[in-house]
Amino acid sequence: MSDPVLELDHVDAAYGPFRALFDINLRVGAGEAVALVGANGAGKSTIARVASGLLAPTAGAVLVDGTDLTGAPPFRFARAGIAHAPEGRSTFASLTVSENLQLAFRAARPRRDVAADLDEAFTLFPRLGERRDQVAGTLSGGEQRMLALARVLVLRPRLLIADELSLGLAPIVTAEVYRVLTQVRDAGTSLLVVEQHLDHALALAHRVVVLQQGEVTFDGGPDELGELSATVLLPAGAPSRAETAEAAETAETAETAEDPAGGEP
Amino acid sequence: MQLLEYAIRGVPTGCVFALLAVGLVLTYKTSGVFNLAFAGQAYVSAIVYYELRKELELPLVAAGVISILIVAPLIGLLLERVLFRYLRSAGSMAKLVTSLGLLIAIPEIAKLLFGSETRRNPPPLWWVRRTDEWLWPEGATFVLDAGQVATILSTVVVVIGLVVLFRATNLGLRMRAVVESPRLAELSGVDSERVSMAAWMLSSVLAGLAGVLVAPLFASLNPFDLFTLLVAALAATVFGGLTSIPLTFLGGILLGVLQAVLAGTLPTDSVLTNGLRPSLPFVVLFLLLLFRPGLRTTRELTDPLASVDAPPPPPAARARPPWIATSARVFGTVVSLIAVALCWFVLDSYWLGLAISGLVLSVTMMSLIVVVGMGGMLSLCQAALAAIGAFAMAQVVAGTGVPVVLGLVVGVVVAAAIGALLAIPVVRLDGVYLALATLAFALMFQSIFVPLSWVSGGAVPITVPRPVIGPLDLSDDRYFLVFVIVCAVATALVVIRLREGTTGRFLQALQTSDVAAASIGINGPRARVVAFTIAAGIAGFGGGLAAIDLGQASYEASFPYLIGLVWVALLVSAGARSIQAAVLSGLFFFLFPALLDKLFALPGNWVDTNPDAPSWVAGIADAIQPTWAQSVAFILFGIGAITYAKHPEGSIEAQTTASVNAIVRRVEARNDRHRVAAGAGGSAP
Amino acid sequence: MTAPLLSAVGVTKRYAGIVALQNVSLEVGPAEFAAVIGPNGAGKSTLFDCLTGVQRPDRGHVHFDGRPVDGLRPAARARAGMARTFQRIELFGGMSVLDHLLVADRARTRRGGLLTDVFTGSRPSSDELDRCSAVLELLGLQEWAERPAESLTLGRGRLVELARALMCEPKLLFLDEPSSGLDRHETDEMGDALLRVQSERGLAILLIEHDVPLVQRLAERMYVLDYGELIAAGPTDEVLADQKVRVAYLGAST
Repeated sequence: MSDPVLELDHVDAAYGPFRALFDINLRVGAGEAVALVGANGAGKSTIARVASGLLAPTAGAVLVDGTDLTGAPPFRFARAGIAHAPEGRSTFASLTVSENLQLAFRAARPRRDVAADLDEAFTLFPRLGERRDQVAGTLSGGEQRMLALARVLVLRPRLLIADELSLGLAPIVTAEVYRVLTQVRDAGTSLLVVEQHLDHALALAHRVVVLQQGEVTFDGGPDELGELSATVLLPAGAPSRAETAEAAETAETAETAEDPAGGEP
Repeated sequence: MQLLEYAIRGVPTGCVFALLAVGLVLTYKTSGVFNLAFAGQAYVSAIVYYELRKELELPLVAAGVISILIVAPLIGLLLERVLFRYLRSAGSMAKLVTSLGLLIAIPEIAKLLFGSETRRNPPPLWWVRRTDEWLWPEGATFVLDAGQVATILSTVVVVIGLVVLFRATNLGLRMRAVVESPRLAELSGVDSERVSMAAWMLSSVLAGLAGVLVAPLFASLNPFDLFTLLVAALAATVFGGLTSIPLTFLGGILLGVLQAVLAGTLPTDSVLTNGLRPSLPFVVLFLLLLFRPGLRTTRELTDPLASVDAPPPPPAARARPPWIATSARVFGTVVSLIAVALCWFVLDSYWLGLAISGLVLSVTMMSLIVVVGMGGMLSLCQAALAAIGAFAMAQVVAGTGVPVVLGLVVGVVVAAAIGALLAIPVVRLDGVYLALATLAFALMFQSIFVPLSWVSGGAVPITVPRPVIGPLDLSDDRYFLVFVIVCAVATALVVIRLREGTTGRFLQALQTSDVAAASIGINGPRARVVAFTIAAGIAGFGGGLAAIDLGQASYEASFPYLIGLVWVALLVSAGARSIQAAVLSGLFFFLFPALLDKLFALPGNWVDTNPDAPSWVAGIADAIQPTWAQSVAFILFGIGAITYAKHPEGSIEAQTTASVNAIVRRVEARNDRHRVAAGAGGSAP
Repeated sequence: MTAPLLSAVGVTKRYAGIVALQNVSLEVGPAEFAAVIGPNGAGKSTLFDCLTGVQRPDRGHVHFDGRPVDGLRPAARARAGMARTFQRIELFGGMSVLDHLLVADRARTRRGGLLTDVFTGSRPSSDELDRCSAVLELLGLQEWAERPAESLTLGRGRLVELARALMCEPKLLFLDEPSSGLDRHETDEMGDALLRVQSERGLAILLIEHDVPLVQRLAERMYVLDYGELIAAGPTDEVLADQKVRVAYLGAST
């Protein structure tokens, strides 16, 4: 088998004192679609962040196409062909819709035809075309999701990491997004999809990885999942070691925690 | 026609405003910092240019290149690397406080490096002295001098260059993206570190250019003249909404023209002219902030990926077990009592006087707790409000002969009333804008009202006697110390009660989520006006006490607005919500420079008393300048504010948390050992 | 039919040339559970903002509890009996769960001003604590009362928001995507909590939600927005069966 596009090798990760991932081994092969499922706080978003360089692992290694990128800044991951649409708001509120897209298209390697890329994005989401000169901060929540998606979909990366794609999207848009994802997959892009809606994820994925409390508890084909599927989405009853990590993950949505110290944790 | 000529005269000044204002906009757009230290950076380049031209007599181009294109960007790079890179995801308040600290520290560092002698007649950045022959037709009454030509040309080039940068280049787009979220920019494949460094270097070049160009406007180089000019230029920045470069340029020109027209048309020695002309930019700034549409609705940009950072630690108060809280309280009381006893029995009048002044200042610091720490409003005019309290008290006491203590009450009421009037329009403004509006108010107060005799008593400050309470004559410093302690404790109790009570909770709710607070029926503007008013009253109280302490209500001695900025930097870095921080920073402000002074005097004293002291000691004694103590103190005050970046809860709070954690860990370890020992003992037969 | 609790007539809102809401009218009766659905950018959140006073509509009127509230700011409308939660969760920093509830209770009863604070201190009274613990119990949050709200999971954070809103003793509760970001288990819990709240407190609820099964489970009546216009209104099952709604919102496959 050829080198996997992404390989997490015995990865631990933490937010400050809160450990979120424990000894994760995960490989995404070329052209493979992997669904990452589990309850809120199981560490799904944390894996996505480690895989795109946003969060440096505290132990273990991250390899992209066989190159060790552990601890490298996220833009090196992006240039290596990893595109990550993070959960929640992930657009520049102060830039217009087309500036948001241009920023990514111009930074992409190899050089691309930005005008054609913009056209493609606006064909994909006509709604964005109508608002191309509007500042992204004034878009509705769902429209911002579309914008974040348009950015990563059009780039046709080696690996696309999509975190909670359907969050806040109307059913009709969710269906459309998954139709596009299927196309992207069939065109040979590897996918790492984090998703609450199991049916969507399972229909798309070649392989399913189940996370519970920061550990991989299942790794196999969607059909092998069986009756596990009912239980994987249940959080642990007692407050667990993942609980605090979960809080760290949700701090994003809470937006109350501001850490002026900034920098890398 | 006459009017037109006046208007044209205003253009060069307008360009000076525009250049400074555009520089601020550039820094704000590319780094998210409303960089008050811009003036400090400008000052350093101006000094370097001065030294190169006048002392080393380098050619103009070489001096210009070194000071503007080499030294300035290196400073920018340094600031980015050691400081602002850690602040990228921080709120605008943290960034503003940091720049305040730099504003205080940078000029003093420059003084240490380059010497503090006066630098007269800064050289212009232009070859020829006069340009009337070729720029202005025969018989004209108006000439442009070299500095003006250079300023106009540079400003136009800079404005066009920046418009192109932001409208048409990839770098401009990247800078705007990195400001909002460096991480999201990285996900788009942008190297945020490099973009951020480039942004700081570019804006620092502009600061250097502005400093060198503007310096010849003044008779001698002085960082505070530069800063006052910068604040004047803020009106143009606000005119451009902090983002639009063309509008900022237009605003600067308009401001210069307006000033020139007023100067030409108003009668020359009316009160209005004398008061209004120098303060016009501050009045315009204040009015613009209140009435420019769109300012109130700007929401601070937040980094959507901020949660990748570790969550902030819980406050010490929550982490600390009750037994530590109790013992800390006992310990604190004992230390305070010992300190008071020391003051009473041991200290000579010099140190006692300083300790009293420090405690008096801590009352004013407590007003900052209410407005900054609890209200989340970075008020930069507490010194002005303190002055108002002092003036009101002094006027009432001098005019009507009421007892001084009653006069204090009048001072509090007047300061609170003016604070309330100021608060009603100002509290609607967001973070940075509120800080600017209060700064504008402080400068308006200084330039319009302080010179008036019905306010300050005119050139000679009004004297204020020490009160006599019953048998105690407070002109004895030791009795006065007790009086001040009583006042400070009473104020502290009020502040603590408010902080822990409903008022404090409402304000805290408003600080973290305005919309959520409104959704449960909290009237935000009203709560903020109340906080601002209380703070103004406390500041007035502190101001009145300061006047009693000094024996006169002197603006120059006690309340210049720059001193007020140092207070803010000090308190916020020590802990904006903590009484302990207020008291310590008040004492620190007076005692620390005095201690340094004594320290720096040691070698000299030793040489004086020991004629056979080694020569190197004498060398050290000679090298030490008398201004060093003040410089070093202010540098440390400024650097203190810079630590705010790492510890937004305040260094005292951070210290407490750290020591509480250490104690808890040690105690637990000991308990564990005991348990192990006990277990071992139990298992033995 | 009884008089509606909330009625909006002809609400219109434009931003920079784009019509966000076009002549939208809706009613919510006392103790009714209604929902607003619609594609992204259809104007649902703008509608909420206009109803709760965060934004002023360009045209149209809002009546609440028998009187016009057009001139009232959000805080005043909250005191008139409207409470809400937020799509992007909005908790108060540095406050425990109990603090959140106490603050809301104080804002409603207006107990404790400056003078009370300074002279008596403002410790929570037993009345206040009783009211808080009743709500905590209703939502199953007792265990977390002393925890800083920011440290809770998103699911519990949303429950805290709901609890805070309930402390205002509202007549009408606005919920903006309460299941957003929650997993299936947490969504079920949220649904249970909402049903419990409505049956015990007898208040009206207006809900924005994308989770169709959840809406079906909760709402009696529903409004559908598309491009700022109301395209359907009526009992939930009828609306969901409507052809126009299927095309605009659900998509053919659902």
